[in-house]
Amino acid sequence: MNSKKRYLNIALIAIVFLLLFVANNSLGSYRVRILNLCAIYTVLGLSLNLINGFTGLFSLGHAGFIAIGAYTTALLTMTEKVKIQNFFMEPLIAPFNNLSVPFIVALIIAGLLSALIAVLIGAPALRLKGDYLAIVTLGFGEIIRIVITNLQSLTNGALGLRGIPHNTNLYWSFGIAIVTIIILLSLINSSYGRALKAIREDEIAAESMGISLFKHKVIGFAIGAFFAGVGGGLLGNLMGTIDPNMFKFSLTFNILLIIVIGGMGSVTGTVISAFVVTILGEVLRFLDMEKQFDFGIFSFTGIPGLRMVIFSIILMIIVLFFRHGIMGTKEFSWKSIFKYVNKKPLEEGGKK
Amino acid sequence: MALLKVENATMQFGGLTAVKDFNLEINQGEIVSLIGPNGAGKTTAFNMITNVYTPTNGKIIFNDTNITGMRQDIITKTGIARTFQNIRLFKDLSVLDNVLIANHVHIKSNFMEAMFKLPRYRQEEKEMVKKSLDLLEELGLEDLKNEKASSLPYGKQRKLEIARALATNPKLLLLDEPAAGMNPTETDELTAFVKEIKEKFKLSIFMIEHHMNMVMTLSDRIQVFEYGITIAEGTPSDIQNDKKVIDAYLGVSEDD
Repeated sequence: MNSKKRYLNIALIAIVFLLLFVANNSLGSYRVRILNLCAIYTVLGLSLNLINGFTGLFSLGHAGFIAIGAYTTALLTMTEKVKIQNFFMEPLIAPFNNLSVPFIVALIIAGLLSALIAVLIGAPALRLKGDYLAIVTLGFGEIIRIVITNLQSLTNGALGLRGIPHNTNLYWSFGIAIVTIIILLSLINSSYGRALKAIREDEIAAESMGISLFKHKVIGFAIGAFFAGVGGGLLGNLMGTIDPNMFKFSLTFNILLIIVIGGMGSVTGTVISAFVVTILGEVLRFLDMEKQFDFGIFSFTGIPGLRMVIFSIILMIIVLFFRHGIMGTKEFSWKSIFKYVNKKPLEEGGKK
Repeated sequence: MALLKVENATMQFGGLTAVKDFNLEINQGEIVSLIGPNGAGKTTAFNMITNVYTPTNGKIIFNDTNITGMRQDIITKTGIARTFQNIRLFKDLSVLDNVLIANHVHIKSNFMEAMFKLPRYRQEEKEMVKKSLDLLEELGLEDLKNEKASSLPYGKQRKLEIARALATNPKLLLLDEPAAGMNPTETDELTAFVKEIKEKFKLSIFMIEHHMNMVMTLSDRIQVFEYGITIAEGTPSDIQNDKKVIDAYLGVSEDD
């Protein structure tokens, strides 16, 4: 069963890459970009879900970690010439001014830096719980953005960075999304993952079972921040330009939307909902355009921002009727597929 | 030498003294019970031992180590496990996961090894799963291993909570009203169960309980609390005939 599952997983990944190859050659650049965004939002959604859904820490500072990742990757991949063009107000400080590393190395450094900042923020903040933690992380997220706005000689301040190499393509974004899924699943199903879930379920019981709350919360928070940084790096190198305004609270909100719709504590749910929310966001873009819609019975004019109204309504419906999101805490597994196909009760009968 | 020794532990919440000069000695292999009317401070005494509350005064010595004010998870690591008055299972997780989580306290691999499934972690995980399954089998919960903890009937949830505490390899087990909400038959079953695990796992047990049958059958010694003060101590038969205890439970008639 186990080796069979492994082959199926490998086959699935192969099929994904085959489809990517087809998509890369047949779809226009607009659609390829949306697919890229889907994969990047998967990474970002998973990273926030590890913190919010699996460890039960209500963190709202995710945009800050994404910003750190995006800026670090951008600074490490831009060519020297582009950097000089960008930093015309104040020159870029050493060693970044003539440092250029391969994309993957830049992403890893971005992730590590994000994780480091998360540990520094987490040390005081993770002593708080619930709403208080939410407010403090929200504050730290904003602080990161404001620091970036003011570090003229490192981040080019409010002008942002332009001409970032377009390193992100479908293979990178989906490759990293798949690696993220594999690593997170492996973590979640390990003893440490179980400890994180125990903290989510009942902190008092978890502590009395010998789980060091602080250490495990920091681990969860830092790993989440690591992948947020990597996701941010992919995002920056997809967009080509970044500025501090991209990393406002609304970015955190978008990712929160994804994990709430997908299900707090479900990797599968996050993946599905990252695709659904990203694609829906583009499909519904027509609502923002100022033109007349005629549905026969009623007609209305599109207003900029109407798209978000629809999203809010969807969110309300989800919260009211599907409290636990699309998947709850359930996961996709081959076992359940076989069970469904064979319609025979399996001996082990697990729902997973 | 006593396994657990509590010396003059006092807990004050502002002006309220919940427990005053609490002294206790538990030897290897003993079952000691703490009884007393509601609000006497029994759970507070428990919480001082596991450092949910750090005692305002006094010392707690376990296995020759002073554990006063130590972090709860470290106390668990040194060998004290507890259950809760109102069951605190990891409700959404499976029975097996609940027990596996308790094994986490002794893990040697770090999270990187676990995340990338390196050999040492794989070996440890295999051992943990085997140990947990063995434990569940010994306690008669193996059929339920994939059930959600919250879907278990009440009696089994109590049992699982004890199983989870046992999975941390304790030397001393603290049971906070294990028979709360149970009918007489269930209480008798639990009494037998506690006796059984005490022998099997070579435990010392410190227990808070209101079911007198259970207390009298199991205990080697009993300590009685009223308003945070120890009013009596001794063997079950001593306690049954102690005038102060009878007064505390039944009240004092005005003629006396």
